[in-house]
Amino acid sequence: MCLAIPGRIARIEGDVGFAEFGGAERRVGLMLVPGARVGDWVLVHAGYAIQTLDEEEALESLRLFEELLADEPGAAGAP
Amino acid sequence: MTGAGPARVRVEAAVRRIREAVARPLRIMEVCGTHTMAIGRHGLRSLFPPDLRLLSGPGCPVCVTPGSDIDQAIDLARRPGTVVTTFGDMLRVPGARRETLDAARAAGAHVRIVYSALDAVELARNEPATEVVFIGVGFETTSPTIAAAMKSAREGGVANFSVLPSFKLVPPAMTALCAAPDVRIEGFLCPGHVSAIIGVRAYAPVAEAAKVPCVIAGFDPVDILEGVAGIVEQVRDGRHEVVNGYPRAVHEDGNPAALALLEEIFEVGDAAWRGIGVIPRTGLNVREGWAALDARRKFGLPAPEPDDLPEGCSCGLVMRGVIVPPECPLFRGACTPAAPVGPCMVSSEGACAAYHKYGG
Ligand code: SF4
Repeated sequence: MCLAIPGRIARIEGDVGFAEFGGAERRVGLMLVPGARVGDWVLVHAGYAIQTLDEEEALESLRLFEELLADEPGAAGAP
Repeated sequence: MTGAGPARVRVEAAVRRIREAVARPLRIMEVCGTHTMAIGRHGLRSLFPPDLRLLSGPGCPVCVTPGSDIDQAIDLARRPGTVVTTFGDMLRVPGARRETLDAARAAGAHVRIVYSALDAVELARNEPATEVVFIGVGFETTSPTIAAAMKSAREGGVANFSVLPSFKLVPPAMTALCAAPDVRIEGFLCPGHVSAIIGVRAYAPVAEAAKVPCVIAGFDPVDILEGVAGIVEQVRDGRHEVVNGYPRAVHEDGNPAALALLEEIFEVGDAAWRGIGVIPRTGLNVREGWAALDARRKFGLPAPEPDDLPEGCSCGLVMRGVIVPPECPLFRGACTPAAPVGPCMVSSEGACAAYHKYGG
């Protein structure tokens, strides 16, 4: 239940942003990350960004995740 | 597993550290249900020496939700003009009356799955004549998202939105677990995303009171194995420190904006944990000033009760780390995901479901 996925904020309208996850765009509440700007990476849980990540951190998270999935073809599942 | 990337090298190094550090039988707990799933999915238990036991904790929010809360949600969903909104994983868990939201919905109760509490506020805004209730389950990862939705509802003048609170706090529950004589946990693998909110410093009281190492870990196998290695090395050396193994997302102070919002809307109170009982100061109650958004006050519902689990179900012992699921007499026999007896087999993140799916 505590899954959270890195995404990148594409645009912001008030308290709500739209973040990209591997090409797909999703509405994301930004109330918990008041400093977030367009282009920032955020960790998203239950429709809200719960933490900002620097780009390197976000890419590291995604890379580790993808590398291990590639390692274990049977292991695909929700991130 | 044939890759040779940097993650592979780190996996091998962590496994070596674990094997070298474990010299006697040792029990550590992964508190978080998401860790339980990841450990099972990647078969990490098979990499550990036989003396190391990794026990699952109370880290599946759905599993620890009292049956009386589920019953109340079902009753609200049957109320005319009311819709109960929920994360999908609550649907199949039986309440104290052994009834599920799913079955109630099939019989005409108004239950709608949402992805976010924000979607529930949106629904309330679009249907002003309907009372929209959101089932507020979750740990510190999730409760700030629901607090944010409550704040949006109030600021947007959405008066027909409320939350049925069933929130739980992780660190004080860890301390309480260690105080029980039958729970002999020597180290904690701490949940990564709970920690993103509460920060590293939230575990200092746990490590201090229980004298056990607390290592925060992320969710890929590398993170988990390195976290376990750090714990067993501390145990070997007689240390009990808090270590942040997930600095990508976890900072010393956590997320101050989220913590401030929790503080604004909730106050700490006792909480009923299903199968475990009432644990003092491990829950969040809605503050007086936000009473209009508290479904329990709005609809005059009684406080939750720690109900008994179904007869023969050992979920309480599983979630307190006393046994692992295969030690429950009903595991795989009378209790399977297709015909689950207890909440730990129903929820996809429950320890029994994880052991059933991936083996122990
Ligand atoms: S196997 Fe079934 S009955 Fe036994 S503890 Fe798990 S959920 Fe409960």
